[in-house]
Amino acid sequence: MKEVILIKLGEIVLKGLNRKNFEDTLIKSIKRRLHKIGAFKVKASQSIITVAPVFDDIDMDEAVECVSKIFGIAAFSRACTAEKDIEKIKEAAGEYLEEQFSVTGSFKVEAKRSDKKFPLTSPEIAREVGGYLAERFPDVRVDVHNPDTVVTVEIRDGAAYIHSGVIRGAGGIPVGTGGKAAILISGGIDSPVAAYMMAKRGIELTAVHFASPPYTSERAEEKVTELLKRVSAYSGRITMYTVPFTKLQEQIRDKCHEEYFTIIMRRFMMTIAEEIARKNDCQALITGESLGQVASQTIGAIACTDDACTMPVFRPLIGMDKEEIIEISRKIDTFEISIQPYEDCCTVFTPKHPRTRPVLKNVIEEQNKIDFGQLVKEAVENVRIMEIS
Amino acid sequence: MKEIYLDNSATTKVSRKAAEKAVEIMTVCYGNPSSLHSKGLEAQHEMDKARKITAAALGAAPEEVYFTSGGTEGNNTAVFGAAHALKRRGNRIVTTALEHSSVMEAMQQLEKEGFEVVYLSPDSSRKIRSEDISSAITKDTILVSIMAVNNEVGSIQPIESVHKAIIAAGSPALFHVDAVQAFMKIPIKPKKYGIDLMTVSGHKIHAPKGVGALYVRKGVRILPLHFGGLQEKKLRPGTEPIASVCAMGAAIEEAESISAKTEYIKKLNVLCRNRLSEIDGVIINSHEDCLPYIINFSVPGLRSETMLHFLAERGIYVSSGSACAKGHKSHVLTALGLSDERIDSAVRISFSDENTEEDIDIFIKQLEIGIGTLARKR
Repeated sequence: MKEVILIKLGEIVLKGLNRKNFEDTLIKSIKRRLHKIGAFKVKASQSIITVAPVFDDIDMDEAVECVSKIFGIAAFSRACTAEKDIEKIKEAAGEYLEEQFSVTGSFKVEAKRSDKKFPLTSPEIAREVGGYLAERFPDVRVDVHNPDTVVTVEIRDGAAYIHSGVIRGAGGIPVGTGGKAAILISGGIDSPVAAYMMAKRGIELTAVHFASPPYTSERAEEKVTELLKRVSAYSGRITMYTVPFTKLQEQIRDKCHEEYFTIIMRRFMMTIAEEIARKNDCQALITGESLGQVASQTIGAIACTDDACTMPVFRPLIGMDKEEIIEISRKIDTFEISIQPYEDCCTVFTPKHPRTRPVLKNVIEEQNKIDFGQLVKEAVENVRIMEIS
Repeated sequence: MKEIYLDNSATTKVSRKAAEKAVEIMTVCYGNPSSLHSKGLEAQHEMDKARKITAAALGAAPEEVYFTSGGTEGNNTAVFGAAHALKRRGNRIVTTALEHSSVMEAMQQLEKEGFEVVYLSPDSSRKIRSEDISSAITKDTILVSIMAVNNEVGSIQPIESVHKAIIAAGSPALFHVDAVQAFMKIPIKPKKYGIDLMTVSGHKIHAPKGVGALYVRKGVRILPLHFGGLQEKKLRPGTEPIASVCAMGAAIEEAESISAKTEYIKKLNVLCRNRLSEIDGVIINSHEDCLPYIINFSVPGLRSETMLHFLAERGIYVSSGSACAKGHKSHVLTALGLSDERIDSAVRISFSDENTEEDIDIFIKQLEIGIGTLARKR
C-alpha cells in the first residue's frame, strides 16, 4: 500500500490564462520544499497535483506538515493508492482505514470517477466499497446524512485513490507569482507576520535587517535569522541583508535634534532598504507597521518615512490590533522567538518625546545636517549577505 | 586579540587536569559504579576518591557529600527536601531577598504549597543584619536558607550567627547555605557554623558544568526530588556522572590553598578598584569587604548590555548586572536599593587566578574608551 498526497488547486484555478504559469511555479516550489525530506514524484493532471514518495522509508507526516505550509494550496488529502480494480480497491481501503475506523462511529463512502473507462459507475463504486467496509468493521455504522468519516474513492487516469477527509492548506497564491519584495525585519513580533502575509500573496522575499553593535547584540541577529527560518517554511528561501547601522545612528544622535531621531532613522532604513531592494530585483518594500502602535507609526510619521523611498511600501498589518498580529505569530511559530529579550537594546537612542506629527519640511531640514547620501552609500556597500532556507 | 575573561562568577574555564581526568574516566575507567564486575568497582573507587577530596575541602566526612548536577539542583534539593521533611513541625521558612533564583524560585513554589516564607532585606552595607535573622527565626521555623556570598555584588552574608539564633529560638529549623560563589574562595566549613545543608558547584572552580555537591550533615534527613535507584543513598538516584564528578575532584585537588589564592585575587581587586574609582562617571556597587573575586559597578547612562557588547568586541568578557530593557530587572540590585539608573548600567567583573594585572590594565583602558564614545541613554 502506497501513501500519496493529493493537492487540490485553490485560487489558481481562477487565474485564467496565467494558470499554467501559476501551476508550474507551484509545482516547482513543492518540489523544492519537499527536497529536504526526501525524493518525491510531483505530477499535475486533471486539476490535481499528486505527490508520491519514490521510496518507502519517507516520513509522510513530515511531508504533510511541509505541504500544509506551501502557499497556493487550498486543500489537500492524504490518500492511499490502489490498482484500478474494484476488489483491490476494497482491500486497500480496508487496510488503509483500519486505524481510523477503530475510533470512528459512523461513515459513508463517496466515489468520483474521472476515468470513464472504469467499468463501475460512481454510485456503484460507493455501494461496493461501503458494503465491504461495513462488513469488515461491524462496529462502525453507515450514516449517509451525518457521518463522522467520509471515505472518498477517486478513480483517476493513473490509479485509484482512497482517502478519508480533506486537510486545509495554507491558501494564498504560489510564492514567486506575485513578484519580489524586501521586508524590513527587526526581531519583534510584527515584521515576521508581515513577511508571512505578503508571501501568502505570492511575493518572494528578500530581508533587510539593521544591526547596531554594540548597542544590539549578536543574539539579536541570530534571533532574526531564526525568525526568517520559520517564515521560510512558508515563503521558501530568503536572502537576508544585514546593514551596519551603528555609525548612522551615532551621527543622527550627535547632529540632529533629539525628537527627530526616530523619524530620520526610519527614513534611512527606507532609503537603504530600497537601494538593496533595487539591486536585487525587488519591486516593493514590506514593513510590519500597524497604524498608531508607536510614535513612528502615525499617519504623519508614515508620510515622512514614505517620502524617503519611491517604491511602493506594503504594510499588511496596518489595520490590525496587536492581539490579531500575535495570533498569527503564534500560528507561524515566530511568537516565542520574537519575545526573547535581545531586541533593540538600542533603545538608548529612542527619544523620550518623539514627534508624532512631524512636518516633512522640518524633518528634511534636520536630516540635511548629516551627509545622508554618503552614509547610505557606505551602509549599502558594507552589507552582509546570508541565505536562509 | 588577547582574550580577557572577567566573567568567572558565571563560569570558569575547565582546567587541563580536570579535563584530562574526565577524558580518562570516559575512555578508560568508563564502568558504571553500580555494576558488580571489576570494571564497575574500578569506577566506584574513582568516585570514592572524588568524594573524599570534596569532603576534605568541606571539612566533612565523605558520607556527608552527595553529588548533584550543580548549584540549581543542590539548592532545590536542599530547600524542597528540608521543607517537605519537616512540614509537620512548622510552616515558616526564613531566607533573604538576595538569593540566587534557584533558591528564590524554589521558595516561591513553597509559598504556593502553603509555606510562609520570610524574605529578609539587606541594610545599606549590602548585608543581611544578624539581628534581623535572629528575630525572624521562631519556634515554628523549619528552614533557614542564606547564601554565603551574593553572586551579583559579592557581599558576604553573616552566616555565623544563624546557628545560634536557631538554638536560641528553640526551633527545629535546618540551616542551608548556598555556597556556590564561596566554595574554594573563602573557607567555609559547615561544621564550624552549624550548617546542615550546603550547596557547591563545580563549574565555578574550573570543573565542567553539570556537576556539584550537596553537603548533608550526618543525621539530617531530607526528602529526595528524584526517585529510581540506590545511588547517592537514594537522595539523588540515577547513574552517576562519574567523568564530571572526578573532574571536579581533580579541580579541587589542583586548586592552591585558599589563603594563597585570596592574596593574589585581593591584589587584582585593589588594583582594579583603584583604577575604576579614578574614572569619571563610574560608581562601584560592591563594598570593600565583599568577596575580592567580584566587583560590580555602574556607569549611569550607559546600558549594561551596550557596554558588555562593546567590551566583547574587544575580547573582554564581563557580565551585565541586569538584563536589558525587555528582560527582568535584577532582583538582587533592586533589593540592595540601587536606583534604576544604576541597575540599568550595572556591570559585573569576576576574577580567577588566571587573570593578570595586564588584563586589568587592558580592561580599564577599553572601559574608558567605551565610556568616552558610547551613546548614553537620554
